[in-house]
Amino acid sequence: MTLSTEHAPEHAPKMARLSLSERLQPWLPVLLVPALVLAGYLMISSPSSWLTLTVSGLAMGMMIFVIASGMTLVFGLMDVINFGHGAFVSFGAFVGVSVLLVLSGMTGAPSLLLNLLAVGAAMLAAMAVTGVLGLGFERIIVRPVYGSHLKQILVTMGGLIVAEQLIHVIWGGEEIFIGRPEMLKGSVTVFGATLEKYRLVAVGLGLVLFVIMRAVLRNTKLGLIVRAGVENPEMVQAMGYHIRRVFVLVFVAGSALAGLGGVMWALYQEMITAHMGMEIMILVFIVVIIGGLGSVEGCFIGALLVGLMQNYTAFLEPKLALISNIALMVAILMWRPQGMMPVIKAK
Amino acid sequence: MIRLFLSGDHPQSRVLAALLLVILVTLAFAPFLFPGTRSLETAARICIFIVLVASYDLLLGYAGIVSFAHTMFFGMGAYGVAIATQRMGTGYDALITGTVAGTALAAVFALGIALFSLRVRAIFFAMITLAIASAVGVLVSQLSGITGGEDGMNIRIPRELTPAFRPFDEPVMGLRITGRHLNYYLVFFSCLIMFLVLLRVVNSPFGRVLQAIRENAFRAEAIGYRVVYYRAMATVLSAAVAALAGAVFAIWLRYVGPATTLGVEIMLDILLIVVIGGMGTMYGAVIGTVVFVLAQNYLKDWMGGASDATSFLPLVPDLLNPDRWLMWLGILFILSVYFFPSGVVGRLRGKA
Repeated sequence: MTLSTEHAPEHAPKMARLSLSERLQPWLPVLLVPALVLAGYLMISSPSSWLTLTVSGLAMGMMIFVIASGMTLVFGLMDVINFGHGAFVSFGAFVGVSVLLVLSGMTGAPSLLLNLLAVGAAMLAAMAVTGVLGLGFERIIVRPVYGSHLKQILVTMGGLIVAEQLIHVIWGGEEIFIGRPEMLKGSVTVFGATLEKYRLVAVGLGLVLFVIMRAVLRNTKLGLIVRAGVENPEMVQAMGYHIRRVFVLVFVAGSALAGLGGVMWALYQEMITAHMGMEIMILVFIVVIIGGLGSVEGCFIGALLVGLMQNYTAFLEPKLALISNIALMVAILMWRPQGMMPVIKAK
Repeated sequence: MIRLFLSGDHPQSRVLAALLLVILVTLAFAPFLFPGTRSLETAARICIFIVLVASYDLLLGYAGIVSFAHTMFFGMGAYGVAIATQRMGTGYDALITGTVAGTALAAVFALGIALFSLRVRAIFFAMITLAIASAVGVLVSQLSGITGGEDGMNIRIPRELTPAFRPFDEPVMGLRITGRHLNYYLVFFSCLIMFLVLLRVVNSPFGRVLQAIRENAFRAEAIGYRVVYYRAMATVLSAAVAALAGAVFAIWLRYVGPATTLGVEIMLDILLIVVIGGMGTMYGAVIGTVVFVLAQNYLKDWMGGASDATSFLPLVPDLLNPDRWLMWLGILFILSVYFFPSGVVGRLRGKA
């Protein structure tokens, strides 16, 4: 020990300080959300409608985030692209709505506690069912086709078709209408803008989930393994962690979150069909692509952008709502071809 | 002669050759063999779907690219004809203008999407085409001023192609020829030509490069082929053929609407047919389409019978309900991707 200190060179190592713009660079996408909100404010002349639209855009964004986060992690971790993710959304919605219909005594009661308990029970049931479903889906559909994107897309699409048909078998072919629980109906007025209560709840729930997910990924050992696995699965495997088991866990968690998102979406739309998962997947794909495949933060920002964009354009020019999101995707991919916050793969 | 027509790509199996011959002869003489209107309708649909599926096979089976926008291109051809006849009046010039315009639009669109998304990452292509196709679908049903919205548009075609036209006073081989039959032969021959052209394309050096890219894009690039260029060209070509098939479909059906040309269901049908028939074989499109259309017509009846027969059991009748036939097809589809990626044709050729 003494030897090394004696012969150590005089100078201390220096870290080159990054300039402000260089340090801001990775976080630029975060600024897009306030920029879009501001642009919306300038385009929409009435501040109260702007506030209403912003809240519903955020609510929609949160729900899309809940659904998309699992998919982006599954892709990042194992390079598996799951087109059947939408099936979990539909299944979650149907299970959740069935539970809510059974608990109609609780949802109809004018007590916020009972209402929230019923919704919570519906969400837990949906998550349990879609989690188990995800486990089966991973084993039967995804596992035999590792390494081949072409086969993954085909097989998971097949899985989506079968799952949609199974919903028809179990619940019948008709759409189901579902009213919101008594205390979540109606709206509150803030600064002259009417804000639906349920949307505020959805925003809150989405934020809580994002914070929890981030905390798990940042501060727990499991999160560390997952993040390391996204960057370099072989190395994590070499360190002695069973990456396949971690992957199955993430897949199941992602499916359960999609089921939860399905329940949230069902209460948002107040109507469910077997095909709803597929419809939402279109927005989810846009979010996952612009966020950067494998990045949870990018997914969150992407979801907010898509949700806000959808609501602003639906107000300004209803026919262009979906096209505007395609334009958003094109613009972002022109700017950053790998998505806003790409995960750098160690390969 | 046969070698020239088939571009040297022989069926390589007696059973397959026999099946293809039966299908060809049946379709060629369909008006005489099955005089009913409904069976003529089915025969024309089979012709058009063979081309549509074969053009998709060029993309999926040969280039290894998954696209969900194929029906969008199909619809562009169909709507091209519809809009042109509405604006220019009934006539062959309108049909030709519409076909050319629709095909050109599809090609330009395909080029744009291909350059944009294949440049980034091939896997994005599937997701981006899905998003764009559904956006276009929504737009078509909303822009009712141009496209007729959800109701679609009726197309007025020249009188020579309608049932009202009777070219001969006497029946030919026991059949009263009408314009409808002439229209059928227009469909049959244009589809036959398009199929043979596609067969020519996949057996050309260009097709070989596509297969090389499918097997190993990195190596193909290293040998010196511009992967993006070849993939983009395959996309454009398959989109153009799909649009042509759409134009023929519109002329045959004399109607276009979002559900008949742009629907997600048709896209899924195409995917199922390609995989079950055999990816990367072209003949798979023929076999797959015939099996699919026959299954659509007869499997449903059989399932209905089976569902009634098992009505005393729980759940089983629901699973066998004719409306659930897509589920069984989905299961068949998953199994074929696992176990016979080269489909029925690959099995018959004995190298699955």
